[in-house]
Amino acid sequence: MEIERPKIISSYEIDLAEVERITQLKEKAEKSVIPDPDAWIDEELRRGIGLTTVDAVLDWARSRSIFPLMFGLACCAFEMIGTAASRFDIARWGMDIFRWSPRQADLMIVAGTLTWKMAPAVKRIYDQMAEPKWVIAMGACAISGGTFRESYSVVPGINRIIPVDVYVPGCPPRPEGLIYGITKIHKKITQDSLKRAKT
Amino acid sequence: MTVCLNGEEVAKKIGDAFPNSIDIADKATIIAKSEYLYQIAEFLKNNSDLKFDYLANQVAVDYMDYFEVVYNLVSLEYNHSLTLKVRCNDRENPTLPSVVSLWRTADYQEREIYDLMGITFTGHPNLKRLFLWEGFPGHPQRRDYL
Repeated sequence: MEIERPKIISSYEIDLAEVERITQLKEKAEKSVIPDPDAWIDEELRRGIGLTTVDAVLDWARSRSIFPLMFGLACCAFEMIGTAASRFDIARWGMDIFRWSPRQADLMIVAGTLTWKMAPAVKRIYDQMAEPKWVIAMGACAISGGTFRESYSVVPGINRIIPVDVYVPGCPPRPEGLIYGITKIHKKITQDSLKRAKT
Repeated sequence: MTVCLNGEEVAKKIGDAFPNSIDIADKATIIAKSEYLYQIAEFLKNNSDLKFDYLANQVAVDYMDYFEVVYNLVSLEYNHSLTLKVRCNDRENPTLPSVVSLWRTADYQEREIYDLMGITFTGHPNLKRLFLWEGFPGHPQRRDYL
């Protein structure tokens, strides 16, 4: 995909470029919601017989080595950190390291309230992640805006900005909840890999 | 512990330097006239008995009839503190003098107040929005903002 590189000279022009990005995103986002890629929920997936074994190995490898992106927006991030720490230890699912670069990450856990000012950055990070990629919306604010839905500065649900695979409700969700969401991502990977491959 | 100065005594000192510059003074706070704000702030910072060298906090409050900006001043040398308030009656175009040249804390605080409350600080070196983007309609912390 093509990345715009605005020619920036002064800080005022940085501001103007930011305004343009936010208003463009806001106009697009307020009109419509990005539909969730939820075909995986349908159990009747038909696979090619020749591909089955390769596919199974690929799915197994992918689902057991997801690297999440180190990315926390608000208080939900602490539950995400708690999930990664020794008590809950998501290394048990092969998610050893939170990657700092979107180029190395497979899973984006959007943990917390997304504001309009942050929205272009989130969209950009999502675009920078390499395929295949998955998104978990963690907590009430990421799902629908939560208590701040009516607020002037908060995006009412991140599915207006990026497509979401799994929603983990809670305010904030317990680490067990997030781990349940991650196991759902595993299920999705093992059921949906060929469909993803087309895109 | 930081001693909170008696506002009446400090107001007397300010009144000696700038007559009729104080509206109300009680034990807790001083409410100054907005046109004298910069002179009073300079006096409080440079007076050898007061030396308020640190602006701990700057807050704006919307009382519908007027805006009130609160300055929480601390002297690190004498370890005492003072609350200075200024009222701004103009609702359409509220303006106050900036104190950035005295206390650098005021830089971001005044930008935040300008962003969310819409009070313009004259003399601020870089007065633009801090949290919201340029061109955002209105000032959301005002009480009449929908």
